[in-house]
Amino acid sequence: MNVWQFMLQNRVELLQSTLEHLWLVGVSTLLAVLVGIPLGILITRMPALNKPVLGGANIIQTIPSLALFGFLLPAPWFGERADRLAIFALALYALLPLIRNTYAAIQGVDSAVVEAARGMGLTDRQLLWQVQLPLALGVIIAGVRVAVVISVGLATIAAAIGAGGLGEYIFRGLAMVNNQVILAGAIPAAALALLADFSLGLLERKLRPA
Amino acid sequence: MSDSAHSDAAIEFRNISFSVDGGRAILRDLNLSVQRGETLVFLGKSGSGKTTTLKLVNRLLSPSSGDVRVDGKSVRDWDVIRLRRMIGYVIQEVGLFPHFTVERNIGLVPKIEKWPAERISQRVHELLSLVGLDPQLASRYPRQLSGGQRQRVGVARALAVDPPILLMDEPFGALDPITRSELQHEFLALQKRLHKTVVFVTHDLREALLLATRIALMEDGRLVSVQGPAEFLRSKDPLAASYVAAFAADMSSLAERGDS
Repeated sequence: MNVWQFMLQNRVELLQSTLEHLWLVGVSTLLAVLVGIPLGILITRMPALNKPVLGGANIIQTIPSLALFGFLLPAPWFGERADRLAIFALALYALLPLIRNTYAAIQGVDSAVVEAARGMGLTDRQLLWQVQLPLALGVIIAGVRVAVVISVGLATIAAAIGAGGLGEYIFRGLAMVNNQVILAGAIPAAALALLADFSLGLLERKLRPA
Repeated sequence: MSDSAHSDAAIEFRNISFSVDGGRAILRDLNLSVQRGETLVFLGKSGSGKTTTLKLVNRLLSPSSGDVRVDGKSVRDWDVIRLRRMIGYVIQEVGLFPHFTVERNIGLVPKIEKWPAERISQRVHELLSLVGLDPQLASRYPRQLSGGQRQRVGVARALAVDPPILLMDEPFGALDPITRSELQHEFLALQKRLHKTVVFVTHDLREALLLATRIALMEDGRLVSVQGPAEFLRSKDPLAASYVAAFAADMSSLAERGDS
């Protein structure tokens, strides 16, 4: 029996795992976007927060993922449900690319355009919404794209704490020393990453100002 | 008492000094009044402080000491947004919004000021013909325009809500010589009709002589002299004379080349 036959045979369970995987990635990315993009905007307005915020996100990024999942296990509310914990951890990892890209995108808007906008009497809010965000959107989406691709890979490790997803096959295959089982998890995970990368890439190009 | 003496001044610089955080002085003790309806040209080399002076008017910068008054009121006491909306601002890089059409670029401040859509569109077309552009360009994006067209749109955008004051920072500096000359002459014609109070920054004596009611000569953060173009040409002031001499030398060597 080759990998494809194995995958076909277990298609129902495999589909279930893929959906779990998508759920982990989707919810964590959404949370990270809701926190990361506003934080990225905030540090363009308050330069004093720049170093602590980017530094903090950087430190999170350096924690080995398996260790972070482990650290969070005894936490009161998170420990109750593995997927809750996994989503929180994945969202933390997604913060850095989101904050950094949002900040860089807004700082990267042509300074002459920003000066003209200020000079003509736009309020800071108008400057942000009418000028900076529309012009920064392409680069911000590029940050989302990086975050999603990282999350798809990282989410396989969530299976180690019982959060489900495609990582289940990988860990099971490792335990069974069975490459087919490993690949049955790894192939769909890789396909998900490529698909997310491709579709967000399209969106990014569409939103990037010419 | 001094206020009544300056009653015709649209902009006054009083004892202005400006230094950056490190302590280097960009402007030293600048005193000057800009009269209503005149075109005051700040002439000077780069680093002489002319752009800094301009940005003090719409409060993009604030003086380290001294006071800038617009319409007799210190810019510190103005609501900064209201102040900027009554001052048109044109810069060399133009700074058009690349994601907006020409129409939205010009109509942005009117829209923010909640003008009805019809009035905005009417005003945009009026301004486009005022700056010598085909109203059909209204639906174009900035990247689809030539440099000269972009700067014309920049001027139209600055005039959108009919501000009484116009600040222009080397607006024609990045244009080719022919387009520059065209825009300079159109500016003169426009100013004859509109009588705005214009503060104009340039390093080009020819441009200053052509456009200015008065030329304010700057050097190393100091105001050296303020005089009309005709007086400037006859000026005994060594710095002004050196500008004129350099200009005359250019002209005569051009004439020589033409003769040979």
